[in-house]
Amino acid sequence: MSGVLVIFFVLAALAVFGAVSLILQSHPIHSALSLILVMVSLAGLYLLMGAEFIAAVQIIVYGGAVMVLFVFVIMLLNAGVEERTNFSKLATFGGIPLALALGGIIAAAIARSSGNLPPPAASGAMTSTRELSKLLFSEFVYPFELTSFLILVAILGAIVLAQREN
Amino acid sequence: MSEILAKYGFLIVPIIKVAILVFVVLTLDAYLTWLERKVIAHIQARWGPHRVGPHGLLQPLADGIKFILKEDPMPSGVDKKAYFFAPFLTLMLALTSLAVIPFGPDITIFGYTTNFGIADVNLSLLVLFAITALGVYGIALAGWGSNSKYSLLGGLRSSAQMISYELALTLSVVGVLLIAGDLSLKHIVEKQAGDFGLLSWNIVGLSKGGGGFTQIIGCVCFFIAAIAETNRVPFDLAEAESELVAGFHTEYASMKFAMFFIGEYTSMIAVSSLFTILFFGGWLSPFPASWPLTHYLPSIILVPLGLWVVFDGLRYETILGRIILPGLGAVFILLGAGLFLSPVNELIQGPFWFFAKVGAVLFFYIWMRATLPRFRYDQLMGFGWKFLLPVSIANVVLTSAFIMWRMK
Repeated sequence: MSGVLVIFFVLAALAVFGAVSLILQSHPIHSALSLILVMVSLAGLYLLMGAEFIAAVQIIVYGGAVMVLFVFVIMLLNAGVEERTNFSKLATFGGIPLALALGGIIAAAIARSSGNLPPPAASGAMTSTRELSKLLFSEFVYPFELTSFLILVAILGAIVLAQREN
Repeated sequence: MSEILAKYGFLIVPIIKVAILVFVVLTLDAYLTWLERKVIAHIQARWGPHRVGPHGLLQPLADGIKFILKEDPMPSGVDKKAYFFAPFLTLMLALTSLAVIPFGPDITIFGYTTNFGIADVNLSLLVLFAITALGVYGIALAGWGSNSKYSLLGGLRSSAQMISYELALTLSVVGVLLIAGDLSLKHIVEKQAGDFGLLSWNIVGLSKGGGGFTQIIGCVCFFIAAIAETNRVPFDLAEAESELVAGFHTEYASMKFAMFFIGEYTSMIAVSSLFTILFFGGWLSPFPASWPLTHYLPSIILVPLGLWVVFDGLRYETILGRIILPGLGAVFILLGAGLFLSPVNELIQGPFWFFAKVGAVLFFYIWMRATLPRFRYDQLMGFGWKFLLPVSIANVVLTSAFIMWRMK
């Protein structure tokens, strides 16, 4: 158990480090790379919970396809280092207390529910892939098809927006 | 011995396997460059490398020494993190992708049964695609981080090309997955076993699962997409030397350049292995299992080859060649004789056929490089999106329809 716990903390630390680095980096490409680190660490966490299919898809879709597009667009636009401004007064007086309050609420919620969280259901890889596809195409077939329809609409919208200039 | 293996085998065996695989693959990479130069030279009626060692056999060694000893200058204005990270990422991902490939059936040594590969993962195909999906970053970062317009153009071209062809690559595999009903590469190979030898491979499809439906469309789509994915001729626009100097690795020298080079050749080996597994029966013999004499084919090939190398080597011009070549031939003969003996003979069948097929695919790669001209960039993207993608989707629909029809 301790080995799994060590891997969990390493992956969690990597994910948090990536997320913080995403905000603190001044160059857009470095931010995008930090986001890739977050995605890959999340895939590792999924793997730790026995969801091998989700982990692989997380890397293929988010780590690969989506983030490659991000990186590609940033490179194509040749975006430079962003400028830093001084903290606005609103951020100092409104933002910091609100952020602290949000952090407090989340910490309180975790502290209250720790111990009675259900453990993640461990399952074999093949069963989970097969079960997942069965669920998708039987019980959740309407939401699933609607989602694909939504994506189709989004693609058409993108084409219309890109074509408008001509 | 067997007690220690039973107790600590889970730790010792993978380490040994990783060490052997890395050694074998890096040597294979080095001699793949030699083979490529030799084959292309002979196609173009030249001799190729033949100064360093007999028939240029020591050329990869000389190249390696050159790479290590060369100065490694860093151009000004580079993004240091991206510039240093990119070659490591490329090589690391290329080597990692070999970890899930099964090179043969399970083997038993000293009473310890293990898979013939590093990791036996249930979702090995998806893991492989996940690793190749990340492979783009090495090239994109190298192109962007080098602070050079040629590198940037090469990196951009390469990323766009890899995104486009990854779709066709993934979809062309779906037909095989539908037939096998499994995402494990090991099971995909096992499903292709049949009484008719090579007729039951997915390329012909006469196995129990295939039921006579050929995957030749998927096979052609996969191979074309795989060439684009590994950035090889005729799709090597990322390093089109007549336009972009050397593309994304223009600004790299010394060992960092060598890492890109090794990474490219390693991913070529990985893709060829995947191609063999998916469509050409992996480690299965092309002959029916009822022909036991074909088990001695490795010896029958190796011994005459060794004899020829010995007699040819004795007449070589240089003294070094007259020492090395007969030695090499003797090794071949001994190896062939060793493979004749009973336990080794059974053990070597799977890997022999696997590497024979992978070698044939790699030779085809090199052959194409010497034959075909490079595509124009818009033709490349048009071909990927307007031809390859619809055809691979059509293959998915056809295969599914066939399976539905047969299930009725």
